[in-house]
Amino acid sequence: MATVQMIAPPTLRRTPATAAPGRRRRLGLGRPIPYGRVLGPVVLLAAWSAASAAGLLDPRVLPAPWTVVGTVRRLIEAGTLQDSLLVSLRRAALGFAIGAVVGVALALVAGLSRLGEAVVDGWMQVQRAVPTLGLIPLMILWLGIGEAFKVVIIALVVAITLYIQTHAGLTSIDNRYVELAETIGLNRLRFIRAVVLPGALPGLFIGLRLAVTSSWISLVVLEQINATSGIGYLMFQAQNYAQTDVIVVGLIIYGLFGFLSDAALRLAERRVLSWRRTLSG
Amino acid sequence: MATDTERLTEAAVRVSGLVRRFGERPGRTVLDHLDLSIAPGEFVALLGRSGSGKSTLLRALAGLDYDVAGSGSIEVPGRVSVVFQDSRLLPWRRVLDNVLLGLDGREVVAGGRAALAEVGLAGRERAWPVELSGGEQQRAALARSLVREPELLLADEPFGALDALTRIRMHGLLRELCRRHGPAVLLVTHDVDEAIVLADRVLVLDAGRIAVDQPIHLPQPRSHRDPRFLEYRFQLLTALGVEEETAA
Repeated sequence: MATVQMIAPPTLRRTPATAAPGRRRRLGLGRPIPYGRVLGPVVLLAAWSAASAAGLLDPRVLPAPWTVVGTVRRLIEAGTLQDSLLVSLRRAALGFAIGAVVGVALALVAGLSRLGEAVVDGWMQVQRAVPTLGLIPLMILWLGIGEAFKVVIIALVVAITLYIQTHAGLTSIDNRYVELAETIGLNRLRFIRAVVLPGALPGLFIGLRLAVTSSWISLVVLEQINATSGIGYLMFQAQNYAQTDVIVVGLIIYGLFGFLSDAALRLAERRVLSWRRTLSG
Repeated sequence: MATDTERLTEAAVRVSGLVRRFGERPGRTVLDHLDLSIAPGEFVALLGRSGSGKSTLLRALAGLDYDVAGSGSIEVPGRVSVVFQDSRLLPWRRVLDNVLLGLDGREVVAGGRAALAEVGLAGRERAWPVELSGGEQQRAALARSLVREPELLLADEPFGALDALTRIRMHGLLRELCRRHGPAVLLVTHDVDEAIVLADRVLVLDAGRIAVDQPIHLPQPRSHRDPRFLEYRFQLLTALGVEEETAA
């Protein structure tokens, strides 16, 4: 139409961005440094090495990194490291597995029915208020100081953490989806399968990640107070003989446990919740 | 206000003496002995100021108003489908799985694909809802309704959250889909133009009753520039209490 040309927009004068004195300062953080996260540990390692090499660090306080590497080799050759590692892993895995099954099962019972909620949720909230590690003396009296009590404590910690997060996920389903399911005429079973459970998965994963961390924390405590095997026991022994290098090895292994299990869970989360990935790009 | 539909013996929707109250006793009466009937295949738009009870009526027809005090009788067909203002696609199901939510069998998959094609989303079956634009999400929600072959389609401001251009396109699509599938439609909207463009009959809800029942005798497609369109618009806006300044 002819009218198009009559409504030409008023000409805008552009200020060149570079020359402008009042150019805005960027307040955001800008682009992340590539491999930035590795930088901190690398700097720390370098400082540690330098201090050890310069003789500034008393080896009784903190042995040199190469001493630690040598200790790892020595422990592997003696078979101590592998054995302790396996014992510790077995405790954590068993406790985690049992705790996960129990925690999720209880969350389902409490989250999917009012009766279940009435029966389960109350005492789970009480249980949550009691620090599980505080139960250690009682559990030792009940179960002795064998493997059973360690596994039970880890399972309890995991179950409670998972219960809380999964239950929250199950009960916070968006009411709009409930209405949709009603208008579509889903039956209860289908509603649970198609709406409630997938909707609770993000909560479950938060729970898993928290639970895996707390299971390592419990493991450390359990292995250092009452154990005759495991990484914690190795460290406890080392303390008696003032073997700082062995203690450092134990700390590194605990750190690796925590880091690797969290990374594995994050990977699984990305796979399972792939519908969310598009949100964060 | 006589309408041609009142004489029809078979109605898709028949509401009589519907009362809905909210809040503690005595409460606020939102619907006050409301009567309404909609013929099979008839497209009815429901206008009203905010708080006039449009959504309450729609939710009553959809059977979504448990725990609400009231009385009256409602007859609706067996297959009722609701389109909400937001698409309510489950974010963890792909588009086709959302369309087929709650349906079984292999033949429904073909139906779901056909419905998606009808709303212009062929090829997006495997997309996640977050990957669709607002208009596309709402079209997927329409497909989810269509595939159930509803005898009554209830739409609660389905285009309210869309931008103006998308909304115009959606009007054409909805009109076409309704022509092809022939459900009775109750469209709740606050947009007078939308009501006139789409509906066979426009109702205005006021003080809990239907205050205006206005059949729209205009051929499709309807133009905003048609003087009769403007006449309807003026009438309805007046009924809604909007005093328009007389435009030159």
